[in-house]
Amino acid sequence: MTREEVLLDFTSRFHEDILDLHDKSRTRVFVTVTPESIVRIGTYLFRNVGARFNIASGTDMPPNIEILYHFIVEDINLLVSLRVLLDRENPVIDSLGRDIEALNWIEREMSELLGITFTGHPDPRRLLLADNWPEGVYPLRQDYEEWDETADRTRGI
Amino acid sequence: MMGRTIIPIGPYHPLQEEPEFFTLTVEGETVVDIDVRIGYNHRGIEKLSESKTFENSTFVIERICGICSTSHPFAYTRAVEDVFPMEVPIRAKYIRTIIAEGERIHSHLLWLGLAGHFLGYNTVYMWAWKLREEILDALEILSGNRNNYAMFKPGGVRRDIKAEDIPVCLKKLDSILPTLDMLKKAVLDDPVLHARLKGVGVMTYQEAIDFSALGPTSRASGVARDVRKDSPYGAYQEMEWDMIVTQNGDVFDKAVVRILEMFESAKIMKYCLINLPDGEIDANIMDVPPGEGIGHIEAPRGETFHYVKSDGTNRPVRHKVRAPTFMNLPTYKATVQGETISDATIILAAIDPCYCCTERIAVKDDRGHLLYNGKDLIRLSREKTEKMKRRMGVR
Repeated sequence: MTREEVLLDFTSRFHEDILDLHDKSRTRVFVTVTPESIVRIGTYLFRNVGARFNIASGTDMPPNIEILYHFIVEDINLLVSLRVLLDRENPVIDSLGRDIEALNWIEREMSELLGITFTGHPDPRRLLLADNWPEGVYPLRQDYEEWDETADRTRGI
Repeated sequence: MMGRTIIPIGPYHPLQEEPEFFTLTVEGETVVDIDVRIGYNHRGIEKLSESKTFENSTFVIERICGICSTSHPFAYTRAVEDVFPMEVPIRAKYIRTIIAEGERIHSHLLWLGLAGHFLGYNTVYMWAWKLREEILDALEILSGNRNNYAMFKPGGVRRDIKAEDIPVCLKKLDSILPTLDMLKKAVLDDPVLHARLKGVGVMTYQEAIDFSALGPTSRASGVARDVRKDSPYGAYQEMEWDMIVTQNGDVFDKAVVRILEMFESAKIMKYCLINLPDGEIDANIMDVPPGEGIGHIEAPRGETFHYVKSDGTNRPVRHKVRAPTFMNLPTYKATVQGETISDATIILAAIDPCYCCTERIAVKDDRGHLLYNGKDLIRLSREKTEKMKRRMGVR
């Protein structure tokens, strides 16, 4: 399939879930979708279109938390980034890691760094932060404040 | 039921991007379960990068990893350039490619040497690392540094390649090729290595797809994916070169892919040095407009992925870094289970994480008594090779 066919098939199949489509360049497309549809759309891209999962990136942008799921369709060199906006006060989204093994780690990472809850994640343990890191303190949030009085994290800045 | 023993591995091995802590659960000699914990060296570089300007970030990013110190700046500068989007001058593309391929050769040689070391083939180790010196010398001539080349900047490269340095580098490349060929034959034709590595730590095609495995780790399982071919960047579409793909997915095939890739890298590097076009090396970008950019390149271990979000100021609002090992590490789950402890070392090594970890392996019994330490495990691995040699009548 060509780039146009893939995009047409994708948009017609999920037209109710797609809120916005930004065709940035020949190789990049940013698609804003509803949080409820992410598992359907993500698994469709991964299993049916044959895309490879690159990574997901979460960003704290008050009043929202944004997640971008990057998938690349290698045959046509198209990087599709699915954008999801969550409520910052209660960021909850269904886990894609349950269906796609490749998302297992990055969802764990986002949940501890940004405080996003992935419902149905098969292994929601901590991945990166130390064991003594307090619950509810998320280092990648905009309003993060130093909690450890003994820590010296100001060197060189 | 046979008693289960838990083997802790790790956590520190400073050469890798992400040191990790493995917990192997073994029954007798067989590994039945593996769990990984990472984050011991989480330096918060993504957060740190938000406090640096776009240009300064390049130097922070370069220090994520000492071995692939080109791949991160390469991906990052491409991400910044993708915000516009813009193209860098053709001469800069060639220079970037030269440095990236030189790094691939030295990284694969480093891997080959250490793999040989663990299997009790110290000659391979000595030869591979001797060759690596030549490549590091060539890179030093070109960039001024053996590592952390500081060649990259958003919009181009920081340093030009002098015309008089090119013949010296070509000579160095030519001088290593016969030795590399000898090394290739020595490794690939060795009956003991065949017996030792074939069918060990197999990752199937489907597992490689499911884990979204990258680089040589996936190409050894028959997955033909390489960012250099799929999403051409730099100067890679300018010349003919082959993507190395093998089908078996075991440790042997992973070694084959890396060894053959070095020849392709040498080919690419030579082409770029000979056909280096004239012109500018820097597009001199001033302000980065608001927007988002994604840069991904093929590092020695697989795809490195950077995402940059800009709001129009001189600092990124968000900078996401994804190293290839982040995707390759979880494949241990598929490859190590069911294998023996003496093979675990080389399987863990086969995806090319760092080796310092294996020096910190310690085996304890359930009362906490130390049974084996890292040295013992390397010894176990070597003894197995020796045993095979004796059985096969090879000296």
